[in-house]
Amino acid sequence: MRRLKRLAPVVAGIAALTMLAAACGNDSSESDAGTLTLYNAQHDDLVAAMVAGFTKETGIKVDIRSGKDFELANQLVQEGDASPADVFLTENSPAMTLVDGNGRFAKVDDETVAQVPAQYVPSSHNWVGFAARATVLAYNSKALTPDRLPESIMDVAKPEWQGKVGVAAGGADFQAIVSAVVAVKGEQAAADWLKGLKANAKIYQGNGAVMKAVNAGEIQAGVIYHYYWYKDRAESGANSADTELKFFDGKDPGAFVSISGAGVLKSSKHQAQAQQLVKYLTGENGQRILSDSKALEYSIASGVPANPALKPLSELDPPAIDVATLNGPKVVELMQQAGLL
Amino acid sequence: MRHAPVRPSPERAPRGVNGESPAVRFPDMKRMKRRTGTGRTERSYPPLMLAAAVSVSLIALIPLCFVVGYSASIGPTEAARLVFRPRTGELLWNTVRLAAGCVLLCAVIGVSAAWLVERSALPGLRVWNVLLVAPLAIPAFVNSFGWVSLMPGATGYGGALLIVTLSYFPLVYLPVAAALRGLDPALEESAHALGHSPWRTFLRVVLPQLRPALLGGSLLISLHLLAEFGALQMLRFPTFTTAIYDQYQSTFNGPAANMLAGVLVVLCLLLLLAELRLRGRARYARLGAGSARPSPRTRLGRGTAPVLLGLGVLIALALGVPLGSLGYWLTMGTSSAFPVGMLVTTTLTSVGLGAAGAILTTVIALPVAWLCVRRPGRLSVILERSTYFGNALPGIVVALALVTIAIRLTPALYQTTALLLTAYAILFLPRTMVNVRSALAQAPPVLEDVAHALGAGRSATFRRVTLRLIAPGLGAGTALVFIAIVTELTATLLLAPIGTHTLATQFWSHSDSIAYAASAPYAALMVLISAPATYLLTREARKGARA
Repeated sequence: MRRLKRLAPVVAGIAALTMLAAACGNDSSESDAGTLTLYNAQHDDLVAAMVAGFTKETGIKVDIRSGKDFELANQLVQEGDASPADVFLTENSPAMTLVDGNGRFAKVDDETVAQVPAQYVPSSHNWVGFAARATVLAYNSKALTPDRLPESIMDVAKPEWQGKVGVAAGGADFQAIVSAVVAVKGEQAAADWLKGLKANAKIYQGNGAVMKAVNAGEIQAGVIYHYYWYKDRAESGANSADTELKFFDGKDPGAFVSISGAGVLKSSKHQAQAQQLVKYLTGENGQRILSDSKALEYSIASGVPANPALKPLSELDPPAIDVATLNGPKVVELMQQAGLL
Repeated sequence: MRHAPVRPSPERAPRGVNGESPAVRFPDMKRMKRRTGTGRTERSYPPLMLAAAVSVSLIALIPLCFVVGYSASIGPTEAARLVFRPRTGELLWNTVRLAAGCVLLCAVIGVSAAWLVERSALPGLRVWNVLLVAPLAIPAFVNSFGWVSLMPGATGYGGALLIVTLSYFPLVYLPVAAALRGLDPALEESAHALGHSPWRTFLRVVLPQLRPALLGGSLLISLHLLAEFGALQMLRFPTFTTAIYDQYQSTFNGPAANMLAGVLVVLCLLLLLAELRLRGRARYARLGAGSARPSPRTRLGRGTAPVLLGLGVLIALALGVPLGSLGYWLTMGTSSAFPVGMLVTTTLTSVGLGAAGAILTTVIALPVAWLCVRRPGRLSVILERSTYFGNALPGIVVALALVTIAIRLTPALYQTTALLLTAYAILFLPRTMVNVRSALAQAPPVLEDVAHALGAGRSATFRRVTLRLIAPGLGAGTALVFIAIVTELTATLLLAPIGTHTLATQFWSHSDSIAYAASAPYAALMVLISAPATYLLTREARKGARA
């Protein structure tokens, strides 16, 4: 009975908290007519800022479910018509292509399409790009000099790079870069390249971790997107002080510029508001928030110039790739074969 | 419920399952039998209770059935293509060598520490006992965060081995210390008298008696390691669980993810079988409580200083580094940058989910435990065992199964709190079941009979007699599940409804983007919430072992 006395307050406390939880649970009204559900694979803080601007301008509230590109894309495909999602945002276009290929997207309003340069919109007009990121090679400036850097991203699969290079193989970012390699060099070359990477590369959990490892000298170089480096330099430089960026050129697959996509789900019960959100994200106000934000991704639409800290988009020399052709499932299959996934 | 008669009815009595039932001649025999606790009675299963227990068992079996069914549905060639590839071998090797190394280290550390605390004249015994259990209050992924954020090099096999060992050695320390406490010193004294040296006595006499506790703790650690996701992902050491999560991110619930889950389930079931066999043997090996005389404590003499130093280093590594690191990152983030609103909401969400899940889990454990204790028999055992699989199923496997099933069969449940709570219940049912079952076993049914005889109805009897008797057990079970849910990461990541953020998922999303200072407050809150419950449970465990 002494045990009972001691535990009684615990049980009472837990019971009280349960009621509290139940009370908290009640105020999330999911089927609110005015609220959009956004499946978001982009960085949370960036999208939260852009969405806040949208809500301020239109009064339409937005619930955000966060996940990764292919996680949410596959989820949308499986959910089918029952999906609660109204709008889908990705970091990279292959996930958009996957959803589009399953016929889940409604056409984006012409007015919105007109805000975005044609190279960032698939010919179907079923989604639009709203931001871009450039592939770079971050290298440790103490271990490597510019003249010892690889000419092409394909070179890091050569034996001399064994143990010296890092990638975030599990992430959609790197998988988008692989899809560019497939698009430019073909499937066989991509498979060989991945095999070389499996032997050479240390695998990290994200671009930030890759950059940190390069900075610490754990590896000499790593394939990442540009904004991780610029963000860190803008904050404290703690994870990038000893690193520099190499932008590949000559339309190398390593110069790939990846497009973040926005699309309206066909199954959305709030078509008008959902279209409004995509229009806002690619419109001047939305793009201005993107350009001014600490995210340091490239703004690409409505003529809003990219953040001045960045190397201008016009100075990059990316390979010409049709945004609608980047193939996610093929990449995953190739990476599984290579043992990277 | 109608078929649970208190008084043996004449037309029921002859149909006993015990062969020529003595109940025919001695109608009171049934009650006497229950009082003496000899087990089998000829009472039937109350239909409502049975229905409840069967539904609970079926829910608990969902993930296992899903994995088996899925593997069968994609066909042998495709399954073989996905399973027999070099990556699977690599993951298997990583998983096995991590589990083996960790179990070995934990056994050495756990047994040494338990011996020091229980058998030596070490200064500050009570403090050491608390400190040696305290790492349980720090989730393994918070521990690895503490290490990696300060020492980025602490990754790969070495780092992973160090950090999971520091997180999990109390799982060996606790049962071994309890077993040491219960040993009869007379055996050791006899060994001494027969000329064995102290060291030889320990190896030949004490250690064999500790075997059930030691092996039980080791198996528990292995199961934890097979399910561990957060810590290993952060340490860049790929095992099945982290690989399944990577697959999930790349393909949602694609075939590759589910087949890796299948391999993982097989590994877990092998361990579970080992544990069940071991439990059978444990009864042989364990002595009764023996004499109440405590064993004499060994003086450490000149060894005191190095031993204290060793324990100090262990605690510094297991507690000092993660807590110090948390403190460091908390002070790095300026107080104005503390997202107070977000911290409060996520804390309430975590605590609310924890409380709701813990109560739900304990409540649904009741019918199964009741049948198991009050109507022992083959069916009861099958029902109870089927709830036991949760112990062996990693969160990621349960979540993956529920995601797929919900999308295909019950879309209305998909992305709801209800589905998340179901996952918690499946995962943590075994933890509360043990407590509920033993509490019921200790509540004498004769008291219920007396209450009936005095005119109390069935529900009044339950409320005023049974519930009060089993409340401590229920409370302990509920607290265990509560801690487990508050620090649960993997299933929550996959199943949390839109807009639901818990301390664990917020911590994860920040530390994922190496924003260490931003993730520290969430980790600190998790530790703060689980610490008191962990302390309480340790004290209960101590008392229970002494009784």
